[in-house]
Amino acid sequence: MAAAEPSAESAVAGTLLDPLAVEPSKVRRGEALTVAFRNRKLIFGLSLLSLLLLLAVVGPLLTDLDPFEFYDALGQPPSSEHWLGTTSPGQDVYTQFVHGLRASFIVGAVAGCVAAALGMVVGFAAGYFGGVVDDLLSMLTNVVLVIPTIAVLIIVAAYLSVGSLLSEAVLIGVTSWPWAARAIRAQTFSLASRDFVSLARLSGQGGWRIIVKEIAPNMSSYLFLTFILLFGGSILICATLDFLGLGPSQVMSLGLMLNVAVSNSALQLGMWWWFITPGVAITAVVFALYITNVGLDEVFNPKLRRS
Amino acid sequence: MSVKVDNLRVYYRTMRGDVQAVDGVSFSIADGEIMGLAGESGCGKSTLGKSLIRMDARMRRIDGRVELDDQELPLDDTRAMNKHRFKQISLVPQYAMSALTPTRKVGKLMEELLESRGVRFATIRPELERRLTLVGLSPKVLGMYPIELSGGMKQRTVMVLSTLLNPALLIADEITSALDVSTQKAVAETLVEFRDRGYVKSMMVITHDLAILYQVADSILVMYAGKLAEKAPAEVIIRSPLHPYTQLLISSLPEVGVTYEEQKLTGIPGRPPALLDPPTGCRFRDRCPFAFDKCVEEPPFLEVEPGHHVACWKVF
Amino acid sequence: MLALDQVTKVYKVGTFGGKQLTAVRGVSFEVQPGEVVSLIGESGSGKSTVGRMILRLTPVTEGSISFDGVDVAGLKRGQVKGYYREIQGVFQDPFSSYNPIFKADRVFSMIRSAYFSQLGKDDWRRKLESSLEAVSLEPAYVLNKYPHQLSGGQLQRLLIARALLLDIKYLVADEIISMLDASTRIDVLNLLGELKARGLGVLFITHDLSLGHYISDTTMILRKGVLVERGPTERVFANPQHPYTQMLLESVPQLHTKWSGGRSPRPADTEGDDGVVPELVEVEPGHFAVN
Repeated sequence: MAAAEPSAESAVAGTLLDPLAVEPSKVRRGEALTVAFRNRKLIFGLSLLSLLLLLAVVGPLLTDLDPFEFYDALGQPPSSEHWLGTTSPGQDVYTQFVHGLRASFIVGAVAGCVAAALGMVVGFAAGYFGGVVDDLLSMLTNVVLVIPTIAVLIIVAAYLSVGSLLSEAVLIGVTSWPWAARAIRAQTFSLASRDFVSLARLSGQGGWRIIVKEIAPNMSSYLFLTFILLFGGSILICATLDFLGLGPSQVMSLGLMLNVAVSNSALQLGMWWWFITPGVAITAVVFALYITNVGLDEVFNPKLRRS
Repeated sequence: MSVKVDNLRVYYRTMRGDVQAVDGVSFSIADGEIMGLAGESGCGKSTLGKSLIRMDARMRRIDGRVELDDQELPLDDTRAMNKHRFKQISLVPQYAMSALTPTRKVGKLMEELLESRGVRFATIRPELERRLTLVGLSPKVLGMYPIELSGGMKQRTVMVLSTLLNPALLIADEITSALDVSTQKAVAETLVEFRDRGYVKSMMVITHDLAILYQVADSILVMYAGKLAEKAPAEVIIRSPLHPYTQLLISSLPEVGVTYEEQKLTGIPGRPPALLDPPTGCRFRDRCPFAFDKCVEEPPFLEVEPGHHVACWKVF
Repeated sequence: MLALDQVTKVYKVGTFGGKQLTAVRGVSFEVQPGEVVSLIGESGSGKSTVGRMILRLTPVTEGSISFDGVDVAGLKRGQVKGYYREIQGVFQDPFSSYNPIFKADRVFSMIRSAYFSQLGKDDWRRKLESSLEAVSLEPAYVLNKYPHQLSGGQLQRLLIARALLLDIKYLVADEIISMLDASTRIDVLNLLGELKARGLGVLFITHDLSLGHYISDTTMILRKGVLVERGPTERVFANPQHPYTQMLLESVPQLHTKWSGGRSPRPADTEGDDGVVPELVEVEPGHFAVN
């Protein structure tokens, strides 16, 4: 009573919307790459992101000027010496811009990692263990979610002087995890009720082992997307804090640039090279991240594609 | 003739190519006839049912025509089909219970649907309530949300809704599959009652459950891998099936009365062919114990006895 | 011997467990080695819950489940692994039972790393092949494949092979064939028959009476969490006592007889709602029913 040869039947049956066939919601491996390369949003997002990343990494190396140093040219428009002009007190805008961009990426990455880690631990635990654990963790999540982040950060920043990028990043990370925890919890809930989890338990495996080996890998695309959103969100929050003057003052950042530009009336004085640059940079980075996210979502989730 | 299907071919477009789900199917359903469409998963029966009422974006009609009361149906044109849907052809879809919008009261849902079809809800309401009572539901159901109803109740609600405008053809797609055995009986008997009362002229009942079809259908059409295998009156197909597939299928069903010790039943070895690139000739020949050399040629679907069609060289 | 004694399961629903939902109430029965017992119930009857409690996937609220005299609920972490060497489960949806991102044989490697880590590669290979043979699967056709490349029937049989690797005494089969095609159902069912002949005890959970009749020695009818009838399959089908059993039997569509006319009256819906577990009375030798 030999079993039949391997066939594409199940995948085909899935497209027939048959009750007894496989759900086609998971993308087959080979398929993912092909679709990815054809997705315009993803390509655009990734290209823009790479460009900006390149600028952030290489940019500072192309100049030997210092972002905080004052030069002779005061408030000058872009020239061959100062590629993006200078600020009112005489600092080089280009140097500030590339250093600020780099700082944004660093904060985004660190804060994103911190928030993702916290979100995962809380989300997985609440979703898998359920019961009292879930009740408590959900309460915690909701409390942190409801607290106005900016207010907390302002207060904290006012009392503890935020000296470095790292501490700013950690601070942001520690307050922006709740929505990720909720999302991960919901996904974990639905995966935990699947029979393969029961089967893992029947194979003698325990809680966290099942979470790490069975559930998380199944959500890998989702976790990745969550990280990207956290990354982008952190950059925005960081820019806001810096703009309000609550970020580290010894480190150049895009928000800080905007802060100084505004307080020096750059807009009214028509110094477009000074106030447009940081604004466009922040917008570009976050936009690139979000559009990459949308594109990836379409790649991972066939139902979103418009074929 | 109420419904006449002639050489219908409907393919699905997928990334790997065309799935030949319905491949040259011809049959007719008489006025007042309940025809069961039986087959296993992947045989194309659901696609056939769907193509008669609404083709989704991936389906394409390659060939063939369908006539309802001597009028050809514009299957490809969704807009044109709109005036036939609900009024002349209606559908009780698979998972009908999930077809009720959870955020609307049942009555409101029905009202919106009927009004969109140009039927004044107020005028038809008394008839609606009569039919609900007929199937054992209180008219209070109209004021409830779907979540307040049980699976069987939802199923019957959808059945009443789908037949409210007295369609000529009702397509019932796996309507008993997810139900308990006692509700299954109630729902199946309701189908017959609708036909007996003239609410529906003919029906196509799609299911994999031959036993239910034996109870309610007048005739049964067996499909295999996109093609028709056999069609005969229900009594005939169950008692004296001619096509090897039908014979093997029926003998693999445990009916109450047979035990493993007394008589070990056997299944059909192998699996149905993938419809992405189907084999030539008779599609059952790989699994058929009676296959012989003629089977590399595709057998036509012929009437070998009055009312009994088969597609099998061995039978001819 | 697997024995359940007055097993009850109450779920707490709502935030912080405000309301209560009784899924199973006062269920008692036994399964002997080499015996197939079918637990028949409609949806919401609690039959899956009974299976899950036996497999320790959900805790028992009251009552006890014992395996060879040892209380199952009281097992410590280390002992639970040992328990799973004696009893395993197979569930309804073959495609939900496999983690879709891994190959299907990962279910075997999970067993290997948990129970047979000391076995050499060749020994393991031999063991695996004999298990696959016992379920009539060709290793070359089913190993090293993703779940979506195999059929439902193959996947279910793989799961039974997995259970057999452990030399289990009992198998909890929860609606294992209801999602399979008609022509493959009978193969899996026959497999259970063969295993029964070799000494395996099976709790066959299903809603389908015909399947239960085909394969089981003892039949139990579960309604809203309460056992209403229990006895040798032949007797329960030939001489059903409880109105619910009678109604079920009448509603089953058969292949050579039509349904008898008229609708059978359903037994009172409030039966068992007062919290008291109705008692089973012996009607004939071994055949019990609620009065």
